[in-house]
Amino acid sequence: MRGPRFIDELEAAVPGAVVGRNLEAIDPWLEIAAEKLLPACRWLKESCEIRFDGLQCITAVDWFEPDAKKAAKVAWEPHTELVYHLWSTVARVSLVLKTKLPRWQDDQTGQIPEVASVASVWRGADWHEREVYDLSGVKFVGHPDLRRILCPEDWEGYPLRKDYEMPLEYHGMRGR
Amino acid sequence: MSQVLEDDQRIIEFDVRTDEMLVNMGPQHPSTHGVLRLVLRTDGEIVSELEPHIGYLHRCAEKIGENLTARQWIPYTDRMDYLAAMNMNLGWSLAVEKLLQYEVSEKARHLRVLIAELGRIASHLVGMGAYGLDLGTFSPFLYAFREREKILDLFEEACGARLTYSYITVGGLTADLPPGWLQRCEAFLEQFEPIIREYHTLLTTNAIFVKRTAAIGVLSPEMAVDYGCTGPVLRGSGVDIDLRRDGESIYTAMYDGYAFEVAVMKDGHYPRDHEYPAVPVDAVLGDCWHRFFVRMLEVVQSMDLVRQAIDRYSRCKGPLGEPLKLAEKLPAGDAYLETECPKGQMGFYLVSDGSAIPWRVRARSSSFSNLAVAPELCRGCLIADVPAVVGSLDIVMGEIDR
Repeated sequence: MRGPRFIDELEAAVPGAVVGRNLEAIDPWLEIAAEKLLPACRWLKESCEIRFDGLQCITAVDWFEPDAKKAAKVAWEPHTELVYHLWSTVARVSLVLKTKLPRWQDDQTGQIPEVASVASVWRGADWHEREVYDLSGVKFVGHPDLRRILCPEDWEGYPLRKDYEMPLEYHGMRGR
Repeated sequence: MSQVLEDDQRIIEFDVRTDEMLVNMGPQHPSTHGVLRLVLRTDGEIVSELEPHIGYLHRCAEKIGENLTARQWIPYTDRMDYLAAMNMNLGWSLAVEKLLQYEVSEKARHLRVLIAELGRIASHLVGMGAYGLDLGTFSPFLYAFREREKILDLFEEACGARLTYSYITVGGLTADLPPGWLQRCEAFLEQFEPIIREYHTLLTTNAIFVKRTAAIGVLSPEMAVDYGCTGPVLRGSGVDIDLRRDGESIYTAMYDGYAFEVAVMKDGHYPRDHEYPAVPVDAVLGDCWHRFFVRMLEVVQSMDLVRQAIDRYSRCKGPLGEPLKLAEKLPAGDAYLETECPKGQMGFYLVSDGSAIPWRVRARSSSFSNLAVAPELCRGCLIADVPAVVGSLDIVMGEIDR
């Protein structure tokens, strides 16, 4: 990264977007408030001096420990973390954005959390968001066509969540 | 019906109009490169909409990775892009080494370049041969597989496997090369070099091939970047990016001191283009022909790199070094690394909570993003051009579905 100047500009352009940062990490990252994600991404792509014109990857990390004994020892609260890997094809620099979401919307098990879709910023986000929805259970509001992509349409549950259990049976096939 | 209505041109048009039809292609179609299903909405011969359905090979390798140590996951990376498994091994190994901040020995570094570039040649040969099949010519496939077989023989000698190698691993390589391997590799290159001209006469300059690929499926550089297309698909559109030169330092350090030119068209010229057939007049930058041609140029470029790597590797005196322990503890944190694989930029991301087993692993597939652009490329093309466009993206389903 070229130094944190563009971060100050981002804070000025989208107030309240940057809620945390770690520029000493192996991959320096910014934590973006979930409700400011879309304007922050749009600014990074369209107005930032380093034009982050490429979205390489969207990952959801499920921070949840199903084992109660181990869960008592961990330092974090259960949450879902979205990680966006951006890069600029012009300046050849990359940037990591992280966003924290609750595991379940309003603490209601079964209600998947919601965040704004960035498919209108980078068209490549379309399939990546569908994959995150499919495997980790995050609803991207404003996505043009949010359906499962890798699992069958009638699949239940979100396999990459830590508390996921394989179904016993699927259309007559034994699951486990 | 009154006389006026019968003569109305619009009513005659209505009577002979062709209905919109949904055509299902795949998932076992021979030209979809694995189990890919395409649903085409067609109006006569014209495709108005194409929708890929993927996931037939989904094994949730990422979930499996949450239950294995970093080194134990290496064989699962083999099964992603099974046509370039060496490059997959390398990508994951480097991502783990990036998190560990571990550096392999110089000898291992050169051996990795040597193996990875041979893997690239093998992958591009399949890409070339299978593309011929897509367009209805069988012979180039046999020619390509004849040479690829020799690379597989070399790999088999080095690590015992022909397809799923797990040879490059976290902290180095599982074994050193057997005696006499370098000579056999050099002999192969010697024999392979003149054959490339043969490939060019079979496909690159073949009049039918040019008719089928030139100005078909044109991908603009802006759209390629927007969709996250990488590798030969991106370079075929004239975007000068190759991670071997522009990537992160842990990856570019491997290629330090190696001389190579990125295979991309600059100011209307490809590097060293006097050695190759001229670009056909019909071809437009970003079309199927250019994507194919970039791969052909990379075969030659990789051959150069293999030669340089043989030279450097044989001059290295020190030991190769042992790979890391199977259950090496990972520091808490996360690391993401993309490497230039034959099909594009393959990214691996791992999050660790401080134990030997990663908390989360993620594989960012290059073919996944490259296929995502197919609906755009196929809009308005003929049904017969769909295999030409999808084939030119050189996708592999094992990597898309993971």
